[in-house]
Amino acid sequence: MADLRINFAGIKSPNPFWLASAPPTNSGAQVHRAFEAGWGGAVWKTIGAPVLNVSNRYGAWHYGGQKMLAINNVELISDRPLEVNLREIRDVKRHWPDRAVIVSAMVESTPQAWRDIILRIEDTGADGIELNYGCPHGMSERGMGSAVGQVPEYCQQITGWVMDVAKIPVIVKLTPNVASVVPPARAAIAAGANGLSLINTINSIIGVDLDTFEIVPSIGGKGGHGGYAGPAVKPIALNLLSSLGVDEVVRRSGVPISGMGGISTWKDAAEFLLLGASSLQVCTAVMHYGFRIIEDLVDGLNAWMDAKGFKTVAEVVGKSLPRISDFKDFDLSFRAVARIDPEKCIQCNLCYVACNDTAHQCIDLVDADGNRVQPYAYDLRSNGKHQAVTNRPQPVVREEDCVGCRLCHNVCPVEGCIQMVEVPSGRESITWDQLTKARPEVGTDWEAMQRYREEVGIEIH
Amino acid sequence: MQIIKPEEVLAEYLPPLTDHEALVEAHRCLYCYDAPCTHACPTHIDIPKFIKKIASGNLVGSARTILEANLMGATCARVCPVEELCEGACVLGAEHRPIAIGRLQRYATDYVYERGMDVFKPGSPTGRKVAVIGAGPAGLTCAGELAKLGHSVTVFEKRELAGGLSTYGIIGLREPVGVALAEVEMVRRLGVTIKTQMELGRNLSWEEVRVQFDAVFLSIGLGAVPALGIPGEEQVVDGLEFIEAAKLNPYRLWVGRQVAVIGAGNTAMDCATIAKRMGAERVTVVYRRSEKEMTAYPHEYSFVKNEGVEFRFLTQPVEVLSEGGQVVGLRCVRMALGEPDASGRPAPRPVAGSEFVLPCDQVVKAIGQEKPTLAQVLGLQTEKGYIKVNDDFETSLPKVYAGGDCVRAKGAASTVMAVQDGKMAAFAIHRRLTSSVGAAAD
Repeated sequence: MADLRINFAGIKSPNPFWLASAPPTNSGAQVHRAFEAGWGGAVWKTIGAPVLNVSNRYGAWHYGGQKMLAINNVELISDRPLEVNLREIRDVKRHWPDRAVIVSAMVESTPQAWRDIILRIEDTGADGIELNYGCPHGMSERGMGSAVGQVPEYCQQITGWVMDVAKIPVIVKLTPNVASVVPPARAAIAAGANGLSLINTINSIIGVDLDTFEIVPSIGGKGGHGGYAGPAVKPIALNLLSSLGVDEVVRRSGVPISGMGGISTWKDAAEFLLLGASSLQVCTAVMHYGFRIIEDLVDGLNAWMDAKGFKTVAEVVGKSLPRISDFKDFDLSFRAVARIDPEKCIQCNLCYVACNDTAHQCIDLVDADGNRVQPYAYDLRSNGKHQAVTNRPQPVVREEDCVGCRLCHNVCPVEGCIQMVEVPSGRESITWDQLTKARPEVGTDWEAMQRYREEVGIEIH
Repeated sequence: MQIIKPEEVLAEYLPPLTDHEALVEAHRCLYCYDAPCTHACPTHIDIPKFIKKIASGNLVGSARTILEANLMGATCARVCPVEELCEGACVLGAEHRPIAIGRLQRYATDYVYERGMDVFKPGSPTGRKVAVIGAGPAGLTCAGELAKLGHSVTVFEKRELAGGLSTYGIIGLREPVGVALAEVEMVRRLGVTIKTQMELGRNLSWEEVRVQFDAVFLSIGLGAVPALGIPGEEQVVDGLEFIEAAKLNPYRLWVGRQVAVIGAGNTAMDCATIAKRMGAERVTVVYRRSEKEMTAYPHEYSFVKNEGVEFRFLTQPVEVLSEGGQVVGLRCVRMALGEPDASGRPAPRPVAGSEFVLPCDQVVKAIGQEKPTLAQVLGLQTEKGYIKVNDDFETSLPKVYAGGDCVRAKGAASTVMAVQDGKMAAFAIHRRLTSSVGAAAD
């Protein structure tokens, strides 16, 4: 069994899975139950300024019969009295000394307000504080949340006020609603933050009601943008996480990153670890299925780490970051082609139509005699399962024309049927950066490009 | 004593899919391109298209997609041997459960019929008149397609109700009468005139039909049930009449306590099912060949076995025994299989001295139907006794077309094949009746 314990900027937990600051951590009773289920930590739902909430606050995006690929919310920070929250935090921490209890906070942007809330949080015995610079709705209209996270100067200033007071670790939670998360991250680090976390929710409108033309969900006939989260945002979160992992300033600072955004399974968790997260936060998956999912998150991650020979979480963290590269450094001579395994192929022809209509027209339908045939070429008088199945052509990749775009591999419904196979391109390795340094005209003049292609034997049709 | 209510025991066997079931099933469809299910369907319904329309919530569009290719889509959704056709060809069938295409088709077509929605309109009038003889699936389809193209169509039906076997011959467990009659009404709303109780040679003159109409489509089905040619035959109940009574007059249907059903085709299976469900203690299918040669679909055979029907293979009835006008048994002889006969199947030969009596109080025969006799009467060329047609479904008489079971010289007779005939014949008639080349019908 791998050792799943983590120490995140001094905050210790028995496993890397924390509940994110959100509805699941709204009360002591909930966090007690979560810890009983096995969660390693919890970031308490943001406390701070007084708020009032509305009904119909969660929208969701369903797709292909799958419920809640993403959730969107206009729920504000905790609407429970501050005193109640602080009392329950204290109570939870007393009962669960081995778990990480982090308190998310958001108050108006004055040094006094931040000083007060930090002191009151520390008085509960909590292990850490998370500064909510990310909430994209409601609070931002009042100059808090993402209104702070979107301006590096504000991030730095407020984090500075907090760091002047705080004696326990402080994590700055970043908003994805920016062109780059690097400047606000650097600002937080410059102000002395002990950790970073990302991503908060993404601005979104979940949909429109086609009968009433109202925004979904309708809040008394009105609607607006909310925060988007859940499985659908995972790729965005991974990108933003890695953008911090490869940033020199962030990396040199050694400030750990708590990753979140669509983590639903142990596989998602492992990917976040590989791209540099050293603690993991989960919300939407829990909102969909309850606290019980922690069992497989831990069990699955453990099994995978054992299989891969990782003894500690720290060994996994950031292991794939060196693979992150820019386009200019990709090998232009790397060549892969798609290969369809006729034994596995069920002849759904999804690869054929995808390639033919939208990619590079290099999959043919081939009949039993090896002849290329057109789709729908059968005799309209033929019918029945026997004729339909036995005369069905097989999709075959014309490898010499395949650009290796990988679309067919992606659409194929059969596991392992279409593989991308590396084949020799016959060309020396070269990156765009190397090429345009050696021959700048290739990047500016189509005729020069054509000459280069002919020289090295790149044919595009 | 248990009271058997026909409306319960003979009600449609498969429940409709719920909205949720339909949605989940529709999403399971891979949306194959040039899909094998579409190829396997004799009417070539664009199945992935109609299924994805269910998934997208466009149910009217889904029904239109089905009915464009198959005007009797609600019937076919229920009666098609989908295991041999679309579902049998589904790419998911090899390793998973195939998509429940038939039930999804029923879901989409029921949606429009239950709401009284019409997905097609009559075409602009062409001034051409077509007569259709026989209001079964082939005739109704041909009539409906021609009406969509603007032709004036009159259907003549000898029975009291239109719908042919869908109305009279398919057991209610598979298709309630209401479904067939809803399709008849849909065709009527396309502007087709349906005249029932009109029969060629009885109260309808062939000569007048040919004079009054620009083209004729014959969809007359098959002929009478052949005689068994055994003593006591007059006591035997005809299978098609048995099914008809169970559908239209179930409270007047008499079912014995021990029923023997002669024949092992799909009609025989249906008769056996009805007898069993209507309270017969013992139902025995008697068939002179073996299990391997029986013509019932495997899924039908398996269904009746689950109903508790028994089978006596290699058994030939030789006499119906009666006492005082009441059947008391079926004398049978055991058979052995010999050399292949004209049908290519091993010919059964009686085993000497093997006679025995199967006790029973009712005998039902379902041994197929005779070839259509009308062909000779009308002077049409025939092929193996069926009406001979060319690729355009035209008979040896110009502008006289035919389709459905009456032309089924090749392949098994089925509703869906009849629908395809009716549709293709309608397009051919349209090409013939409109001067323009490259007919819009295609």
